[in-house]
Amino acid sequence: MSHDHHHAHDHDELALRAAALEAVLVEKGLLTTDQIDAIVERYERDLGPQNGARVVARAWVDDDYRQRLLTDGAAAIDELGYGGFEGDTMVVVENTPDVHNVVVCTLCSCYPWPVLGLPPTWYKSPAYRARVVAEPRSVLREFGLELPAGKAIRVWDSTSEVRYLVLPERPEGTEEMEEDELATLVTRDSMIGTGLASAAT
Amino acid sequence: MSGVDPDVVSPDAPAAPPRANGELVFDEPWESRAFGVAVALHDAGVVDFEAFRARLIGEIGEWEGAHAPEDEGYRYYERWLTALERTLLAERIVEPASLVVARETIARDWEHDHRH
Repeated sequence: MSHDHHHAHDHDELALRAAALEAVLVEKGLLTTDQIDAIVERYERDLGPQNGARVVARAWVDDDYRQRLLTDGAAAIDELGYGGFEGDTMVVVENTPDVHNVVVCTLCSCYPWPVLGLPPTWYKSPAYRARVVAEPRSVLREFGLELPAGKAIRVWDSTSEVRYLVLPERPEGTEEMEEDELATLVTRDSMIGTGLASAAT
Repeated sequence: MSGVDPDVVSPDAPAAPPRANGELVFDEPWESRAFGVAVALHDAGVVDFEAFRARLIGEIGEWEGAHAPEDEGYRYYERWLTALERTLLAERIVEPASLVVARETIARDWEHDHRH
């Protein structure tokens, strides 16, 4: 009981600090509540891995696009209309039969917002950030991803300058699928590298 | 891989990263406000996001310097909020006294709402 009480109290305290900061900034006329509402709504609803999934599906069906994506990620992503804040410099790393890529931000939480939205809690956790660099194979195994021993794993550390997006391998048995359908196979985790694109069902 | 993978972490796995999928972006409403305020200040040109990020990295590093990665109690948005407060105070965009006043006013309002 006392632990629960303490926990609730902590959250009230943080909520109070956040509300006070917002109130002061609004009172000073530096921003409005509506502006904050709009930003929150945009990040909760409009930006998310569905955008990255469109990029990956396009690369799977259009080899010229795939080449452009690997050469200049931000420009190719912008072609589909997903540019913007925290996505200025994008490097797309391609999974192959020999190499699996996985992305982390060891210092904080850098992540390609325009194509993936905001990062999941585990991506920001000290455990993931420390361990995926030191022991990627066992961390991926905990995500349910057992990679063949011969497959190399490359870990990419995001920074404020460069954001990475993994181009997962196109699952087998999807040769007949159209781009729209392919996009539904592309999970968020497959674009971070902690998962694979779902097999066709 | 279909459906929502609940936030299940084996309790005996050492420092297993939580693996929620399809989860909410923010766990608590105040987290979304703290996030929105920082981005709005960047959009408005009031705060340089790189300066804020540098403080965020510092806040995260401070926690990690004092804890093991598997320690409980890490709250990303608590680091975020602290970094935001410190950025605004250091750049004298917000005065400490006004924060104290706003905080007391809001606390009184919440207490009042709570009683009714």
